[in-house]
Amino acid sequence: MLFDSEDPRKMRFEAPTSIDDAVALLAGEGGISRVLAGGTDVLVQLRSGMVEPDLVVDLKRIPGMFDIADEDGGWRIGAAVPAIQMKEHSALAAAWPGVVEAANLIGSTQVHNRATLAGNLCNGSPAADSVPAMIAADAVVRLHGPNGTRDVPVGDIPTGPGKTSLAQGEIVGSVYLPGRPGGSGDAYLRFIPRSEMDIAVVGAGVSLNMDGDTVTSARVALGAVAPTVRLVAEAAAALEGRTIDQAADDLAAAASAACSPIDDKRGTVEFRTRVAGVLAVRAARIAADRAKG
Amino acid sequence: MAFDEYDSENRIFNAVGTRPIRPDGMDKVTGKAMFGADFTMPGMLHGAILRSPHAHAKIVKLDTAKAEALPGVKSVITRADFNDKVSRANADVLENVMAGEKALYDGHAIAAVAATSPLAAKKALRAIEIEYEVLPHVTDVDAAMVPGAPEIRPGEPKVEGYSSNVMSKVEFGHGDLHEGFAAADVVMEKSFKTAATHQGYIEPHAAVGSLTADGRGELWCCTQGHFVARNICSDLLGIQASSLRVMASEIGGGFGGKTTVFVEPVALALSRKAGRPVKVVMSREDVFRATGPTSSSSIDVKIGMKNDGTMTAGQAILRMQGGAFPGSPVGMAAMCAFAPYALDHVQSVGIDVICNRPKQAAYRAPGSPMACFAVESVVDMLCNKLELDPVDTRLMNASKEGTKASYGPTWPRIGLIETLEAAKKSPHYRSELKPGQGRGVSCGFWFNHAGETSVTLALSPDGTVALSVGTPDIGGSRASMCLMAAEELGIPYEKIRTTVVDTASLGYNDVSHGSRVTYASGLATIKAARDAKKKLCGRAAKTWGIDEDAVVWEDGMAKPSGHNAGDHEPLSFDKLCKTMGRTGGPISGHFEATPEGAGVSFATHVVDSEVDRETGATRVLRYTVIQDAGKAIHPAYVEGQFQGGAAQGIGWALNEEYIYGEDGRLQNAGFLDYRIPVASDLPMIETEIVEVPNPGHPYGVRGVGETSICPPLAAIANSVSNAVGVRLTELPMSPPRILKALD
Amino acid sequence: MSKIHVTTSVNGDEAEFLAEPEETLLDVLRDHLHLTGAKEGCGTGDCGACTVNLDGRVVCSCLVLAAEAQGREIKTIEGMANGEKLHPLQTKFLEHAALQCGICTPGILVAAKDLLERNADPTETEIRFWLAGNLCRCTGYDKIVRAVQDAAAEMRGA
Repeated sequence: MLFDSEDPRKMRFEAPTSIDDAVALLAGEGGISRVLAGGTDVLVQLRSGMVEPDLVVDLKRIPGMFDIADEDGGWRIGAAVPAIQMKEHSALAAAWPGVVEAANLIGSTQVHNRATLAGNLCNGSPAADSVPAMIAADAVVRLHGPNGTRDVPVGDIPTGPGKTSLAQGEIVGSVYLPGRPGGSGDAYLRFIPRSEMDIAVVGAGVSLNMDGDTVTSARVALGAVAPTVRLVAEAAAALEGRTIDQAADDLAAAASAACSPIDDKRGTVEFRTRVAGVLAVRAARIAADRAKG
Repeated sequence: MAFDEYDSENRIFNAVGTRPIRPDGMDKVTGKAMFGADFTMPGMLHGAILRSPHAHAKIVKLDTAKAEALPGVKSVITRADFNDKVSRANADVLENVMAGEKALYDGHAIAAVAATSPLAAKKALRAIEIEYEVLPHVTDVDAAMVPGAPEIRPGEPKVEGYSSNVMSKVEFGHGDLHEGFAAADVVMEKSFKTAATHQGYIEPHAAVGSLTADGRGELWCCTQGHFVARNICSDLLGIQASSLRVMASEIGGGFGGKTTVFVEPVALALSRKAGRPVKVVMSREDVFRATGPTSSSSIDVKIGMKNDGTMTAGQAILRMQGGAFPGSPVGMAAMCAFAPYALDHVQSVGIDVICNRPKQAAYRAPGSPMACFAVESVVDMLCNKLELDPVDTRLMNASKEGTKASYGPTWPRIGLIETLEAAKKSPHYRSELKPGQGRGVSCGFWFNHAGETSVTLALSPDGTVALSVGTPDIGGSRASMCLMAAEELGIPYEKIRTTVVDTASLGYNDVSHGSRVTYASGLATIKAARDAKKKLCGRAAKTWGIDEDAVVWEDGMAKPSGHNAGDHEPLSFDKLCKTMGRTGGPISGHFEATPEGAGVSFATHVVDSEVDRETGATRVLRYTVIQDAGKAIHPAYVEGQFQGGAAQGIGWALNEEYIYGEDGRLQNAGFLDYRIPVASDLPMIETEIVEVPNPGHPYGVRGVGETSICPPLAAIANSVSNAVGVRLTELPMSPPRILKALD
Repeated sequence: MSKIHVTTSVNGDEAEFLAEPEETLLDVLRDHLHLTGAKEGCGTGDCGACTVNLDGRVVCSCLVLAAEAQGREIKTIEGMANGEKLHPLQTKFLEHAALQCGICTPGILVAAKDLLERNADPTETEIRFWLAGNLCRCTGYDKIVRAVQDAAAEMRGA
């Protein structure tokens, strides 16, 4: 190109090789910054002009960001691990099929090869597919910031559409999924108008511990039905101590009751409320089947 | 044989009907093919367009001085940089290309910038100072018609009883509706709505223009018609048509949407002002907001039927909005509505409406799919009510040769009955449905077009042929042209190269639309080949020293005939080509005309689907397209047209729609939320090519590209309605809409 | 200097370019390296026309910053044929008339090649879901799916 403008708001691209350097770059940035992992949301924002960052920090040159490490019977998943890598990790995929499938529902094959749990979470969308599954799984993220590291439950990260509780300079370095005891299982289902490529109109993540056909404990999280993904205690309560068949109607009712959605180009209030109940029951059935092996 | 023979019935074809590899295929599977955005010129600048964020607004202030002063910015244009004496015919096109006093829809172009990089151009748009006075807007067709609706072109009502947004009303039909409905045992009446949909071609519009101060220019663009682009652009720029040379790039889909201009005149105007070539490429968002989707519609249909299935009368009232400009395809919709049926008493009324949306552009059989949806839905309702077989009922009432069509003409030989009979015999129609599944049947119709056409076919000394056509190849037509030339000349397909040549190299050609290319450019190719053969016979006559009319062309050779028969060794095509320099010089065959005799095409589609009653999600399980092609030149690409039209129709029926907010802004200007079918949405699409030759083409060709999108809307609606037991009357049949209907 | 110097590998050849920080891999392939086989259909990862292979996985090059390509291996449609010998997928796309306008074809071929390298015998459903991010508006996908199946069969030696 012939023209190199003297644009004062020129974007800088940095690819630090340590998490401390990444934190320092972000903490020291006075303007708008974006963290780049898989880039499948950030690049769309850049392209549309939705955001014009002064600084983009690529995490992918930092050692460990592509690791799925065994830790205390669970798995620590680096912030740059793409969805496909989780699918290819047989132990992780066997233990948390709901989370892994949820991540591999985001966009296309090409997107599964780039998109990350951390990015899906930090994008702050209430419709993010992996987030209900992670919340149901009681996943915890490790944040790295100017004041050190802290571990925070996934459910505490999103605070509203496009908003998170991360402080200036804080980065999600990894997501931790705990180990699974026997007799447990998870599932995530979403409703989209097409068979692929859409944003969830409703998403339901369910994680169950079972004793035979009876649910002993449950976590149910719903996406795209409120400003943030919602963990629905009433839906869990409907399941606990009962079989799925016994719980189905109450579970559906509790899930629907927890919805406070909006009408938009993807669905209506009425539709989302109703289908949330349908998907919660369907996801619970799959999770139960998985728990029973 | 005679040089004007139309003997498609008895002809034995050699090349035609085979499936050779398309001549442009190698470039397209290796990434070499040059599409609109792939072209660059030395010193080229990049353009960007400022668009209105308002559905309807007066432009109060427009100051480009700050943008012009930015480093790297080489020109900024507004409406003032276009021809202020543009012809009446192109006044609306200009208004759409660059707004004058008002922004008429969200996305309407207001100004444009050319700079040394795409980023610099995009950033410079923000330095343009503009103030709007926002005006009331309307985007719904029914709401726009009501007296008191926001007025897009304020003035006296043109049609009594409506707002000034109603631009015209047309009516077709014959007989006496009262008498017809009185003769019926059942009269069914229903209202329907369809959303606006976009052609959804994957390639955004792109153009590189270079125009100098002396009014000479070059334009490279992805277009369905570069001659039309030349004529419109030269008018909009105020230059001579022949001073502008337009080259058509490979085109990444059009479906009607690239039959007019958007960025082409902008690139030229920017170039003229900057003194350098300028490339303008639309973003996907621009494509949705500012190019032509099709109309949304509101339709009432009333049909009378006897208990035995005989249709006694039909009436349709169709309303379509064409965006902020007159010219929705409602007239064609009204003509197509009852085309499949032989009716003594029929009336269809079309009402053209404007509102604050982008100017509609043609979309594959413009108007017909919506009309077909409404009429074929009511036919299905009658079949259900009277417990009649939907194919038999359609057969009983089907248009055939000699039937007076609802819009006037009397049908020549047509193939509707053949498609229905094929449907009846098809494995699909004879298969059993499982519980919860529904089957839908629909017929569909499109006129097909001929249009102005020029072709030149130049022979080379080595016995090969350079065929020059002026109709951009939007779906494999170069292969079809090569096949027809090979058939006619009796030489191998591989010896012919077909090129879509620029506007300086050939006479005028209409755009590639109206399913006209294989028909009209094909007819022209055959006639140009015959012209060449006549000249070859002349050379043979000269060589032999006999009269020209004593030579015939047979088996790919010139042979002496009549009393000279057998006197001379036949001269082969190769031999005559080799010696043409010595026998009188170069030989080319030509044909220029507006052919008459485009043959209409009918289709019957059958579809099975099932609906998830808890979520309203529809799954298409099986789909069969049966259509009359007249004569399939390259059957694989005929099947491709059938399948592609069906897929687009399935998208229209189930998920695709323009969604406007209360603010009149388009909510889903991207492929994420404008949901065209993806690979995993569709089943294999079965096809059956029916061949009822068109008497108006030497080989019997009918256009095939458009008819295939007419039946799917109704076929899917009938299938879904039959699956759930509730009649769906509004498209798209999105899951929320279906779930609501199930309550 | 505000531009970023990037050294990378494209179709096995070393490539070097200067990119604006905002530029995508697709911008650079097309505008700087003149490899226009990858197309921009949407710029948002929704159509797949810009599909390339990055370090062994297919990605939308419109969703990759050019600067990210430093030290990576990129394969594009231009590198799919071996000299004058087409890849079986390319041949089968031609034989089956699996393209009409051809704008989506490069992206689909790159994506399908990756599928067949991972799964030598994919089912129709697997092919359809693998290619769900590659929009085709012309064909209705039927002939594309058949071409991929036929290429897979040929590559298996069936």
